[in-house]
Amino acid sequence: MKYVIGVLSEDKPGVLSRIAALIARRGYNVESLSVGHSHIEGISRFTMVVEGDERVVDQIVKQLDKLIEIVEVRNLSQAPYVERWIMLIKVSAPLEIRPHVLQTAEAFRGKAVDVGGDALVFEVTGDKGKVEAFLSAMRPFGILEVASSGAVAMQRVGFEGKVSGRCEEYELKLA
Amino acid sequence: MRLTGAQMIIKALEEEAVETVFGYPGGTVIPLYDALYDSKIRHVLMRHEQAVGHAADGYARVRGKPGVCFVTSGPGATNIVTPLASAYMDSIPVVVIAGQVATKVMGTDAFQEADIFGCSMSMVKHSFLVKSASEIPKAVRGAFYIATTGRPGPVLIVLPVDVQNEEGEFVYPPKLEFPGYHPERNEDLTMWGDVVEAINKAERPLLLLGGGVIHSRASAAFSSFIDEFRMPVATTLMGKGAYPEGNFLSLGMAGMHGRPAANRAILEADLVIGVGTRFSDRTTGRATRFAPNAKIIHIDVDPAEINKNIRASHFLIGDAGKIISSLHREIKARDRSTWLKDIEKFKQEELCDDDSSYITPRVLLMSLRKMVEPQQIVSTEVGQNQMWAALHWQVKFPGTFLSSGGLGTMGYGLPAAIGAAFALLDRPVLCISGDGSFLMNVQELETCVRYNLPVKLIVINNSSLGMVRQWQELFWNERYSATNEAPSRSLVEIARGFGVKGYRIERSHEISSTLQMALSQEGPTLVECIVPTKEKVFPMVPPGGGMDEMILEA
Ligand SMILES: Cc1ncc(C[n+]2csc(CCOP(=O)(O)OP(=O)(O)O)c2C)c(N)n1
Ligand SMILES: [Mg+2]
Repeated sequence: MKYVIGVLSEDKPGVLSRIAALIARRGYNVESLSVGHSHIEGISRFTMVVEGDERVVDQIVKQLDKLIEIVEVRNLSQAPYVERWIMLIKVSAPLEIRPHVLQTAEAFRGKAVDVGGDALVFEVTGDKGKVEAFLSAMRPFGILEVASSGAVAMQRVGFEGKVSGRCEEYELKLA
Repeated sequence: MRLTGAQMIIKALEEEAVETVFGYPGGTVIPLYDALYDSKIRHVLMRHEQAVGHAADGYARVRGKPGVCFVTSGPGATNIVTPLASAYMDSIPVVVIAGQVATKVMGTDAFQEADIFGCSMSMVKHSFLVKSASEIPKAVRGAFYIATTGRPGPVLIVLPVDVQNEEGEFVYPPKLEFPGYHPERNEDLTMWGDVVEAINKAERPLLLLGGGVIHSRASAAFSSFIDEFRMPVATTLMGKGAYPEGNFLSLGMAGMHGRPAANRAILEADLVIGVGTRFSDRTTGRATRFAPNAKIIHIDVDPAEINKNIRASHFLIGDAGKIISSLHREIKARDRSTWLKDIEKFKQEELCDDDSSYITPRVLLMSLRKMVEPQQIVSTEVGQNQMWAALHWQVKFPGTFLSSGGLGTMGYGLPAAIGAAFALLDRPVLCISGDGSFLMNVQELETCVRYNLPVKLIVINNSSLGMVRQWQELFWNERYSATNEAPSRSLVEIARGFGVKGYRIERSHEISSTLQMALSQEGPTLVECIVPTKEKVFPMVPPGGGMDEMILEA
């Protein structure tokens, strides 16, 4: 089973290595790992997709939580969450078939972000299923190159109860 | 106050009330050593950085305060990796300050550059790479705070040489906030009611105490709990001394080389209460066959230990002492005399008498035990000598048995004994050693002599890397690859070369008089005890086997 884990950490050199070392040492199976800014200054946000059983994921979450610089670890898959991948795909598209390529891309709301003589670069955003379907649809035309972000994810807002996902206590302290 | 980075380190250590530092100088810590020159902190020069680290570990275990180390960059730093890993496995608070090449040449393979920060990541509780002098006070304060709180462990501070020379303003932070470190918030008592009920209901309960009980200094609370509710106690290697061995309710160490009574009690128990233990494979044997008839309650300070090695029926997260004291108030006394009769029977059945002309480690250790005070501190090396000590050396007080449990580091015992000697001042420290392990940090005999330390080495010389040989004998068709290589000199001769008084015991009737003689000398002494190579450690749960498959003799 796949689990999505969201991590907030202090933005310090070495954090990425610590996370990578922790994962590598235990041989956890990581499908994707992405990192960027969070909503709090000085705090980064990692999103990790891992494959394993519940016990493995429980260990990953707890071991990550032990790292001093990690402020919060959350198993997002325990509740509804939104997940997005962004992918850039360079597809062979000679002029004769170009309309056909564009039409196919359109069906996935793939956006052409670069246009050349023989090829196009598309940007596609969506959950993993969508970006994978887009890849399959493009494959017959000839895929030249792919770059993917890996998953970024957060808990859904929902309509009742408290909005989760803000590290409020820490924000107060920073303020 | 304006100070150089090096002076800041010393000042910060003084603020932390550090009395003793173990170390070894080198190019990138000359400024640090220069600043130390003016300080009242005592520096102990060991003869190898591995020994520096283990001495700090032994010191920490006995003194109850972090052990502090200074080492240089490159080889000095890589030499301290083994002690870091050992301390990490055994949750010992050690603070290592390692030099590093100047910040501007870091990453260029400069002379004596090794990426100690990177390569030690999975063996430290935390590490700081200090890039400017202004970060020093927070790093030192943080290192001591992190090393000693929650589940203790080693912390590394990497200190480039230019940062040691940089001047800055020294302000020591009174209290520190790490946004991601709040060990006190880990407490989780949601299963309290279930735990109380399970204990009250249990007819055959057993406590399994680990090193965490000793770290939390909770032995007194446990003793009063145990003595009131009359529950038998087994320990892990790290837990030896958590409850006085020799008491009726003490079964000794459980596990791969555990005492038969302890292992049998685990197999028969209907409730195992594991406290401050991670249920390591050396304790449980095959996890699926551990305590087959029991519910398991797991009490630990580290949430990540719950359900890591063994599935717990119920768990509590928090400080062992606090939890046991609260449980004490809620548990009901009940009659468990049938269970206690079984316990008594298990203990009766493990008694054996050996009377042979050659020295058996059991007789040796039991004789030695009688000659010294109950509070005697003893360190061990690793191998058969360690397991014989674990089986036959009764530990009466917490923190008096120093052994490399999790990593099983040969070469730990002698430097740890030195560290303990500095923590104790003047009182003798014993080290139970083997011929192989002794030679791993033999250079530290020189340290013992230089400081005239009352370290008494008892080396069980079986002319062999005995523990590995035992596995080869029992499980590898007696193919003694690389293990039957006796040291080419007598250990007494080696000791004398260092200026250590040496004695040798070859027959069992010499045991008492020779030990007596060695113990009565001032300063370091060594007793080489010749035991047959074929002598094995029993009982033994075969590697990968279940506790029920324990072998009692060959
Ligand atoms: C640093 C290190 N290297 C190798 C080992 C593997 N090992 C475990 S026990 C042992 C034999 C130890 O020999 P000795 O000190 O003579 O003890 P004995 O078992 O003979 O009592 C060895 C080689 C180890 N534990 N530590
Ligand atoms: Mg030996």
